[in-house]
Amino acid sequence: MKNIIIILVAVTGMSAQAQEKKNKNAKYTVEVNGNCEQCKKRIEKAAYSVDGVKSANWDVETHKLNLIVNEEKTSLAAVKKAVANVGHDTEEAKASDETYAKLHSCCQYDRK
Amino acid sequence: MYKYLTMLLLLFLVFDAVAQDTLKAVKVESTRKSLKKSYTVTANTTTMTSHELLKAACCNLAESFETNPSIDVNFSDALTGTKQIKMLGLTSPYLMITEENIPSVRGASQAYGLTFTPGTWVESIQITKGAGSVVNGYESISGQINTELIKPANDIPFFLNVYGDSGSRFEANVHTNVKLSDKWATSFFLHNNLRLSKNDMNNDGFLDNPLARQTNAINRWQYTDAKKGWVSFINFRYMDDEKQTGQVNFDKNRDRGTTNFWGSEINTQRLDVSAKLGYVFPDMPFQSIGFQNAFNSHKQDSYFGLNQYDIHQQSYYSNLIFNSIINNTMHKFSTGLNFTYDRYNEFVGVPNIYGNFDKIDNSVGAFFEYTYDNSDNFSFIAGGRIDSHNRLGTFITPRLHIRYNPWEKAVVRASAGRGKRSANIFAENQPLFASSRAFDILSSGGNIYGLDPEIAWNCGLSFSQGFKIFGKSADAGFDFYRTDFSNQVVVDLYASPQQALFYNLNGKSFANSLQVEFNYEPMTHLNLRTAYKYYDIQTDYLSGTSERPLQAKHRFFANLEFKTHILNIGQQWKFDVTYNWMGQQKLPTTASNPVSERFPEYSPSFSLFNAQITRTFSSIFEMYIGGENIGNYTQEKAILGSSNPFGPNFDSSIVYAPVFGQMYYAGLRFKIK
Repeated sequence: MKNIIIILVAVTGMSAQAQEKKNKNAKYTVEVNGNCEQCKKRIEKAAYSVDGVKSANWDVETHKLNLIVNEEKTSLAAVKKAVANVGHDTEEAKASDETYAKLHSCCQYDRK
Repeated sequence: MYKYLTMLLLLFLVFDAVAQDTLKAVKVESTRKSLKKSYTVTANTTTMTSHELLKAACCNLAESFETNPSIDVNFSDALTGTKQIKMLGLTSPYLMITEENIPSVRGASQAYGLTFTPGTWVESIQITKGAGSVVNGYESISGQINTELIKPANDIPFFLNVYGDSGSRFEANVHTNVKLSDKWATSFFLHNNLRLSKNDMNNDGFLDNPLARQTNAINRWQYTDAKKGWVSFINFRYMDDEKQTGQVNFDKNRDRGTTNFWGSEINTQRLDVSAKLGYVFPDMPFQSIGFQNAFNSHKQDSYFGLNQYDIHQQSYYSNLIFNSIINNTMHKFSTGLNFTYDRYNEFVGVPNIYGNFDKIDNSVGAFFEYTYDNSDNFSFIAGGRIDSHNRLGTFITPRLHIRYNPWEKAVVRASAGRGKRSANIFAENQPLFASSRAFDILSSGGNIYGLDPEIAWNCGLSFSQGFKIFGKSADAGFDFYRTDFSNQVVVDLYASPQQALFYNLNGKSFANSLQVEFNYEPMTHLNLRTAYKYYDIQTDYLSGTSERPLQAKHRFFANLEFKTHILNIGQQWKFDVTYNWMGQQKLPTTASNPVSERFPEYSPSFSLFNAQITRTFSSIFEMYIGGENIGNYTQEKAILGSSNPFGPNFDSSIVYAPVFGQMYYAGLRFKIK
């Protein structure tokens, strides 16, 4: 009896997982810190370097990065990490001080 | 944000192959320039906004390029009053002219088609030099001009424009717009123009510009559902155009078909119905489908003295396009199918040719265009299409555009491509009907009036650099294009002043064009545009290699614009001056005519001035006055053999300068927003 319950739980668990299909066109908007057109190019380039990012568009005015991501291939966290790696902070992923210091002078945004 | 983005995409992207370019061009709008050149667009494209069209008299599309150096506007001939345009030194048959990406000026409408779109209807014009995109077809050789009309969803409820000029031409434009729901909007535009009184400033007994009357109406419907990603346009359009010209004393009821007086009438009716449907995938703004269908009927009945020319073209055009990405938006593609059907009923009655040239043309084609953009400093568009045409055969059209930004504010562009077309020799050369020339087709046994298709390769290179002079922005650059014809239908006016010969090119034909540009904004609201243009256009005629007639080798263009600050309820002054200098042009041969009926081998060089002042009283009302050809330069002798128009030397087709002198105009615009 106990075994049956375990199997049932496992089956429902599996089917629940199956229903939670990965979104191939998941949209996200992330705040990424930066200043200028040069930052825009760097941020977008970093985002595109992640396999599974279909569209990346960073707005100079609002500092919002609009993403369309294939979640079968990657995750939002991976994109944030890639962006941080080239020197741009998000809430969750921060750039290393070293990378930040290497940014062009006009890109030296105010860190939070 | 996404709704807004989807809206933008819907409006600008769905039908447009250079979609990403258009979007970028839109962003540049914040600089408020009426002529926009971007550093990030792949093709050599300039966008003219409707503001640019307000800088000149601009009654219709043919006249809207006066302030733009990329396009040369020639002078209206006395016969049609139509200004012909040239790009890279080649006339409009070698351009692809589209209206909202549906080919519009082609076939029967080639000679006057640009005058059939009133300027006030236009929202923007995109001018692409060089090969162009493969999406709309294979015919373009030296460039593409696409016109976007005002969209019902963005239109204002009411617009009125009234215009009058000293050449006794009057125009009225009325626009109304109703937003029926949050999804449906409709606009109705009505245009009327007329010229009722006769002008003969040069006293040669002939009208300087035709008596004319045009009624032109369009009803557009737009459906937009931004949330679901649908957009649709449905257009109904009707035009009736009548022109009469010739001798001042010509009475069309009394003198037609006689040799009492020489006269001509050109009457055109046109009906257009088109529908577009676009869908942008809501989850994927980078993926869309567009489907467009257009039907039109173009009927022209005309006579020129004793010559007669009638043409009726019925066309159907269909285009299905799918846009998407490969992996990410750095790799985009467009692919789809086109179908074209044209049925011509054509009658030609001129010396040496009398008969019908009825024909049916159809073609089906498939295209694929790939765009790479590294979202930084490099992009290219590589496209190809394959078409099967009942007269042109099955053939491939490749095109390539490359853009590179080597450093800040600099852009290098290169393009190459092939174009192929069938020349409608009569429709494209209608001014020749107003002469005593005998028409001769030296047939090669080809299946387009006995001639072969025209084939040309075009390649180009351009460079532009932005910089500051005394802290004010400036840019300078050049572009060079070469068009090489593998075959051309040569129109030969060098053989004899009594003949017009048409034959396949035997030898070489090319057009080289160089444009050097300098633009500067020495102070806020003061804008200077200058351009020097050099054309080397040569063709092997039967009589030997020669320059193309009526083409200046050197041209200089300058436009100066000054605006005052816009005050609180929109008051503003705008001043605009345009200067054009034209070098000498080789003229068709007239050496064998009697001395009094000859032109020199080359025309003299000359300058022209246009100016306009606009006073905006508020955002709802403005008035403008202006002058064209203020220096009053006119062609000394406009018509050869004018004293004996039914004699052997009559020719009104050789027009190298304005026939009508100074012209002053005034108008007003009234808007309800």
